[in-house]
Amino acid sequence: MKLLKSYFPSILIILFLFISWEIGAYLVNQTFIFPSPLQILIRLWELKDVLFLKHLPATLLIMVIGLLISIIIGVSLAVWMNVNKSVEKAFYPLLIASQTIPIIALAPIFVLWFGYSIWSKVVVTVLITFFPITVNTFDGLRSIKKELEELLLTMGASKKEIFLKLSVPSALPFFYSGLKVAVTLSVIGAAIGEWLGAQAGLGYFSRRMMTQFDGAGVFAPIVLLAVVGIILFLFVTILERISFKWRKTE
Amino acid sequence: MVFFVKGRDTAIDKHNVLQFAKVDFQYGKNSSLVLEGLNFTITDGEFVSIIGPSGSGKSTIFRLITGLDNPTAGNVIINGTISNKRLGTIGYMPQQDLLLPWRTVLENVTLPLEIKGKNRNVPKDQVFTLLYEFGLKGFEHVFPTKLSGGMKQRVSFLRTILTGSNILLLDEPFSALDAITRLSMQEWLLEMWGKLQKTILFITHDVDEALLLSDRILVITENPIANLKELIVPLPRPRRIRDLAKPDLVKIKEQLIEQLRMKVNHEIT
Repeated sequence: MKLLKSYFPSILIILFLFISWEIGAYLVNQTFIFPSPLQILIRLWELKDVLFLKHLPATLLIMVIGLLISIIIGVSLAVWMNVNKSVEKAFYPLLIASQTIPIIALAPIFVLWFGYSIWSKVVVTVLITFFPITVNTFDGLRSIKKELEELLLTMGASKKEIFLKLSVPSALPFFYSGLKVAVTLSVIGAAIGEWLGAQAGLGYFSRRMMTQFDGAGVFAPIVLLAVVGIILFLFVTILERISFKWRKTE
Repeated sequence: MVFFVKGRDTAIDKHNVLQFAKVDFQYGKNSSLVLEGLNFTITDGEFVSIIGPSGSGKSTIFRLITGLDNPTAGNVIINGTISNKRLGTIGYMPQQDLLLPWRTVLENVTLPLEIKGKNRNVPKDQVFTLLYEFGLKGFEHVFPTKLSGGMKQRVSFLRTILTGSNILLLDEPFSALDAITRLSMQEWLLEMWGKLQKTILFITHDVDEALLLSDRILVITENPIANLKELIVPLPRPRRIRDLAKPDLVKIKEQLIEQLRMKVNHEIT
């Protein structure tokens, strides 16, 4: 009940948008380019077997592998930059600069390199998602209070102990907010990867429906992609809540 | 100025738990000296306050004692040993409570035991006994955000004690508390000090606080610090807040304030 109350305004806006969309689509009456929400839901139901059993697992696999690789690379790089000042000086500017590269424009090259295998899509996902994880984790590791560090030093703590007992717990909230951004970006990464070359996946399926002038069929997998993004986001939020029992009291 | 006498001589003595011997200190080669040939001695079981206006170098003295900084010249002698690796030998209680928010009260106070790897040597029930004595019963598994200011400082103090050091450095521990809480914390600290048999060095800029708590007060009056003016508080223990209203104490307080004001005025002009 409380949940409903706090989300009531956004639910109202969504309802309003859908109703306007439904009416607009009814007036335009060109299903192949402008399907109504209801038609999309019906199409989703009709395509449920092929979407849920074939294309959803393919896309999920890309996202999960991509995210895992991003977490491993991102966290390692962040830790390395944190413990070694020259590594920070060498990599941090490059990291920022890498974000100005239009990854989407580069994506066709990965198809050339990795072919139509899963890896060309994973690489696109990794390139999009590793940045928020790396930068957030690094900022988190850097965020430790100097006073706390000195207090631990006066207790005779070693560098390793300061890292484990102070830096890691301080960085966790930052890591989680980076992961939240990365999770939503991974949906985009996987879908773009699939547009360029794939035999399966929600992005691939959506594009195929476009060539068949099946407007509702284009939207149906996109709805599914959005739902997957939201579910992953909520999953990370729940993980975060479990890690931060102490925050509840604030 | 009857109460002010020069610092004692600097021969190493086992009874002296903490000694500064001709200590020079400067932050970086080109900056000016903060300490210049400073000598002072703290003996076992004493409660000594260092008082001075803000920015007068109080914290520098503490950083040198804990080992966060080392003297440019001269020696800091702890329990009769000269060493430049003093980190881990002193119990330091910072100005803010600095409790780790992701650790419970119990996990916070046992942090020094974890760091020294002595977790097994101090039995759990001994820690619990101390928690009860510190009025923290029922709060062992509570996170610091739920505690009041006074309680946080008690947790912080217990953490300092569990460093196992015989010398405790308290850096303006009550300055962030409201006046009423501060009074009760001061009396509480005196009671604890009586029980614990530790040497306490206390930094403050509050004259009343220094007079109420200390056996001796070391006053910072110059810059760079070459000497600390010493003042012995002529009050028997146990003490109460109202003892500060005695006429001879009021006189001492006035002298003390005058000393501090001279330094501040000197800096302004």
